[in-house]
Amino acid sequence: MSSEFVTDLTIFVLSLLVGFEVISKVPTTLHTPLMSAANSIHGIVLAGTLLIAATASDLVGYVIAFVACVFAAMNVVGGYVVTDRMLEMFKPPAARAAAVKGASDGSAEVTR
Amino acid sequence: MSTFDTVIRLVYLAAAALFVVGLHLMNSPVTARRGNLLSAAGMTAAIVATLAVLVEGGAVNPTAWLVVIAGTAVGAVAGLVAARRVRMTAMPELVSLFNAAGGGAAALVAVHDFLHAAESPGAHVSIPLALDVLIGAVTFSGSLIASGKLHGVVPGQPIVFPGARVITLLLAAVMAVTTVLIAIDTGGLAALIVLSVAALAFGVTMVLPIGGADMPVVISLLNAFTGTAVAMAGFVIGNTVLITAGALVGASGAILTKLMADAMNRSIGNIMLGGFGTGDSAAVAAGAGGGQVRSVSADDAAIQLAYASKVVIVPGYGLAAAQAQHQVQELASLLEARGVEVSYAIHPVAGRMPGHMNVLLAEANVPYSQLKEMEEINPEFPQVDVALVIGANDVTNPAARRPGTAISGMPILDVDKAKSVIVVKRSMGHGYAGIDNELYTAPKTGMYFADAKKALSEMTAAVKLLVG
Repeated sequence: MSSEFVTDLTIFVLSLLVGFEVISKVPTTLHTPLMSAANSIHGIVLAGTLLIAATASDLVGYVIAFVACVFAAMNVVGGYVVTDRMLEMFKPPAARAAAVKGASDGSAEVTR
Repeated sequence: MSTFDTVIRLVYLAAAALFVVGLHLMNSPVTARRGNLLSAAGMTAAIVATLAVLVEGGAVNPTAWLVVIAGTAVGAVAGLVAARRVRMTAMPELVSLFNAAGGGAAALVAVHDFLHAAESPGAHVSIPLALDVLIGAVTFSGSLIASGKLHGVVPGQPIVFPGARVITLLLAAVMAVTTVLIAIDTGGLAALIVLSVAALAFGVTMVLPIGGADMPVVISLLNAFTGTAVAMAGFVIGNTVLITAGALVGASGAILTKLMADAMNRSIGNIMLGGFGTGDSAAVAAGAGGGQVRSVSADDAAIQLAYASKVVIVPGYGLAAAQAQHQVQELASLLEARGVEVSYAIHPVAGRMPGHMNVLLAEANVPYSQLKEMEEINPEFPQVDVALVIGANDVTNPAARRPGTAISGMPILDVDKAKSVIVVKRSMGHGYAGIDNELYTAPKTGMYFADAKKALSEMTAAVKLLVG
């Protein structure tokens, strides 16, 4: 077993543990955006598809690499944009923050 | 390690750190958006670094560059357009679609590596390779079905056909055998093809028997699967940032899946083994079938609402499906202008996904302070003059408090304790649980049979007419 593999395995296990801890106390409100955010992070597979595409040298390889790049790029770009659109909704419009009783909540959100 | 390699590794490390910090910031609505932007910055850095590796290597032939550029551009544009154009109500199924794409890409990385490996790679590559193809293919087809169920292309009801369980078990056995064959590097291409086909079929048979109401949990679980598949792809091609980010998503996705299932008072195992409605069909018939249904007109509803002092709106799937969030906000602000106290009771799984209803209402400029979670609003229902239920069904069914029904034990909103109830619904049709809702036949409940958007517009017009 190569030392590189052991290093990779170490990274894998520690990353799993970080993943278990990092979102422990998330409010229900954020479940959907959070899932979408996690979804965009696994779009990192684009890095992998770029690397395999670079080694492709025959028709089958090109086709596989092309489809993989399309999928991965869709995942990563679409994922971040849709997450941002969801989260944008949580930002109170300035007009509402200035208005009546929402002011305390609103301003707290803006300044914090 | 050359300076170039060191820099690339450091960029990957920074990207991984940004993913972790970004996810952590998603814990609070205040910082969530910044978290997503940080995560996107990390992603951009990692992708640029990877492109730098390709350029530095210099061994990429022109056709491969064309494939890289064209593929990435096509995918990026498709993703961008879909994400920009999608309606807020359809976001969950789009996320599932993106998830399918990610799982498919991860599986293809392994397939490509398998086809191009010059010599026998050794167990430290062949084991993750087999797992990558397995998990990636299951996720790909499973996520497509889940997305189709939410979109209505695939029927939302649990689909069970004779022998389905046997087929699923057979597929599982085939997958187990071929995974082992590939892991020990025998069986060759045939094993890989059989594994891919079996895993794709398994994804379909796994998700088909699950009801549409459980899709959020299923999508979250498949999301965690994709993360794991991506980490496996990282092992296959020896790339640390794939391993880190994949493992991060795998683990946090698993936790999120559990949180979602907890909110519905169900276990993940229970959901995956086929949920509501597939169990005891006798229980379906044994509901309060004989009750009288009283229907109300827009004018009746307007009078009740306009002269109430406390109104609680219970938005459900029907409101999300009809995209009536702006209409409900209009009615609510009209009532508020009359001095009526209005709040929204948000069941943890209201809408199409946990938290989805909050997003929809936020889009319609409903103030945060008016959104009340279940634990907060339930003790208040006895003081509520009118509970206006809009397209919510199972989450308001008092039958959940009794043992022996399909939804027993599921946390519900205590709508039946309000002084009077108006239910906006298209028909007496069943919710996902497939049982009658006793709330609808209660003496104090008036049913308003219409599409949520139409009903709310009519009520708003009637209130305006009434109070002039």
